[in-house]
Amino acid sequence: MANVRFKKVKDNLERLFDKNLTDMVRGIRNNKDNEGRFIAQVMDEIKVELKQENVAVKANAVTKLCYLQMLSYDISWAAFNIIEVMSSPKFTFKRIGYLAAAQCFHDGTDVMMLTTNMVRKDLNSSNMYDAGVALAGLSCFLTCDLARDLANDIMTLMASTKPYIRKKAILVMYKVFLKYPDALRPAFPRLKEKLEDPDPGVQSAAVNVICELARRNPKNYLSLAPVFFKLMTSSTNNWMLIKIIKLFGALTPLEPRLGKKLIEPLTNLIHSTSAMSLLYECINTVIAVLISVSSGMPSHTASIQLCVQKLRILIEDSDQNLKYLGLLAMSKILKTHPKSVQAHKDLILSCLDDKDESIRLRALDLLYGMVSKKNLMEIVKKLMVHMERAEGTMYRDELLSKIIEICQQNNYQFITNFEWYVSVLVELTRLEGTKHGQLIAGQMLDVAIRVQAIRHFAVSQMATLLENAHVLVGNAQRNSICEVLYAAAWICGEFTEHLLDPQSTLKNMLRSKVTNLPGHIQAVYVQNILKLYSSILVKAEVEGDRQFIKDLTEMLVEKLPAFSQSSNLEVQERACSAIQMMKYVVKLLGKDVPVAEEVQALFAGELNPVAPKAQKKVPVPEGLDLDAWINEVPSSSSEEEEKEEGGANS
Amino acid sequence: MIKAILVFNNHGKPRLIKFFQYYSEETQQNIIRETFQLVSKRDDSVCNFLEGGSLIGGSDFKLIYRHYATLYFVFCVDSSESELGILDLIQVFVETLDKCFENVCELDLIFHVDKVQYILSEIVMGGMVLETNMNEIVTQIEAQNKLEKQEVSIN
Repeated sequence: MANVRFKKVKDNLERLFDKNLTDMVRGIRNNKDNEGRFIAQVMDEIKVELKQENVAVKANAVTKLCYLQMLSYDISWAAFNIIEVMSSPKFTFKRIGYLAAAQCFHDGTDVMMLTTNMVRKDLNSSNMYDAGVALAGLSCFLTCDLARDLANDIMTLMASTKPYIRKKAILVMYKVFLKYPDALRPAFPRLKEKLEDPDPGVQSAAVNVICELARRNPKNYLSLAPVFFKLMTSSTNNWMLIKIIKLFGALTPLEPRLGKKLIEPLTNLIHSTSAMSLLYECINTVIAVLISVSSGMPSHTASIQLCVQKLRILIEDSDQNLKYLGLLAMSKILKTHPKSVQAHKDLILSCLDDKDESIRLRALDLLYGMVSKKNLMEIVKKLMVHMERAEGTMYRDELLSKIIEICQQNNYQFITNFEWYVSVLVELTRLEGTKHGQLIAGQMLDVAIRVQAIRHFAVSQMATLLENAHVLVGNAQRNSICEVLYAAAWICGEFTEHLLDPQSTLKNMLRSKVTNLPGHIQAVYVQNILKLYSSILVKAEVEGDRQFIKDLTEMLVEKLPAFSQSSNLEVQERACSAIQMMKYVVKLLGKDVPVAEEVQALFAGELNPVAPKAQKKVPVPEGLDLDAWINEVPSSSSEEEEKEEGGANS
Repeated sequence: MIKAILVFNNHGKPRLIKFFQYYSEETQQNIIRETFQLVSKRDDSVCNFLEGGSLIGGSDFKLIYRHYATLYFVFCVDSSESELGILDLIQVFVETLDKCFENVCELDLIFHVDKVQYILSEIVMGGMVLETNMNEIVTQIEAQNKLEKQEVSIN
């Protein structure tokens, strides 16, 4: 007997030295230099405390574990102890346990199956706060098994006499529906009843849950529209109104008649509310309605005008948040009612200069609708200034793709000077680290091919790029800007007649650094080196400059093999074919045979862009049956073989 | 739905984290780090909405945050939540903390993060907004504090 008493005194004395949460935090802060070791020591202490019988001690240990979890320490090994603390009859300890469970339990926590009866007991406790913490915990760690086993208990709580419990139970039911969908059907009538609960908090919770359900499955909840309509016109609870109005925005695409009915009450709210959050959501939903309803409505234009007018007020506000949201909503209207938004062009363009990057990005989204022949160049100039000042590559890339988008939209509708556009593209190649190299290259090709008038200018720009290729080759792996060399090489090779100094360009293309470029670019180089050679050859043969031709040919024979060493198959193949051809040319030159015409014949004809649907327009030749077998029809013996195989496998 | 609530200081140290979806501890820390990087480089004069990062973002998610002195309060939410509404809610959360701790400061969160979690659980539950009225929230918190005091005194 004395031994037991002594042990108890000894234990109590030891417990006096247990750190509580505050002590532990203080300790961690005082041990910044050896935090890892200190925490390891703390963990050991916690493990000892968890072995004690006294629940208060365990609870204290679990509180500390919660803090350590926030610092990235795994505490799932203590799951069983956490359950012990959860099962304490004392609220103080129980809530510590449930908090820890919410923090670290998940679907893979095996010991959770031990909790079902305990949680059920807590849910049905006469102490409201026991049930409260149980519900709060469940909302975080509910599993399919728990959902199935506790669905009825939680459903019953939806009718509790205490609004505090009703509110929480309703929110947990949503989690139950997610994990155990069979619960939805029996629970739904009760949930629907709660939409008319006398307590506004409970009502809100019901609206919240039904809105979430409806977002997942809008069709099934259209029938609730009248109930929500009534709530919308009678409630003064802004949170609830916002949820309902957002829900309507999601439902109107499915039921345009609903949309038509909404315009009036929403318009009234827009005029009457002083809550910006509500105003904004009303505008959003009105926009959604007007987009989904065909413009046969009489109040259509007036409603759009009202929205645009209100959004303008938001965008003009000094509050950056309102500006942001205003621009966000404007971009939705722009898609279907561009003219209404264009009236506010100046305001939107001024947002491009806002110091807030989020706002500039939203203004960029609206840009494609604000551009015209008159202002395109000015806008592009402004964007390029922004690009120079931009800090992040993501924002800069966004600007780049925007510039190209507005320039090329509707088939370059707003470009009045293509030479200007080519210079813009060339200037964009000075951007380091962009991921849009291919985009720029594509534009260069498109413009050079389709706009004959500026070909001369384009070719001279491309030749300069090839001359300065070493700058672009440098970071070829990380830097997609070298893609423009793909375009430059092709353009110079295809339109050689515009080159000022073809030889110099050819030499540039044969420089050894070129072999550092990505394979697909080198392949284009090889092909166009030949094209360029052929064009120079033709001219030289006419002029009878045999020595020049010999030197030129030898230069190719000397430099081309560098490409045949490439690990890229395409480059290898093209290089080998080219080298072979050059050897043949050398042989013929040795016999004084003119070769230019034959070589040129290899590259005869113009390459024009092909429309995507062009293939379909090609008529099928007479007598060709595309459905006929190409080979002989398989004989019956192979069919029998298949049957046998099927039998063996079944 | 709210996907996560993060409170960290001007140096990125977490003061309260609440995830409403399971992530490993390592992922949680990466999310905190990434969120801090996104949010901390913004001036106090710009708007409080950000597209999310790559870890906790995704096309339907936004970061909505407020910066109070040394602390950032960040809510990661999907499109079912009202942006301005959530901003208001953050304000309610902070005002509630202020009421419960009497002129709350970062140290209160450092030493009493458990109490802060209990307060938060009266506002947001399972990623859904539970209560927005500050008086109602404080009433419930005070009742539970009283219950705790009673149990301690019995001991």
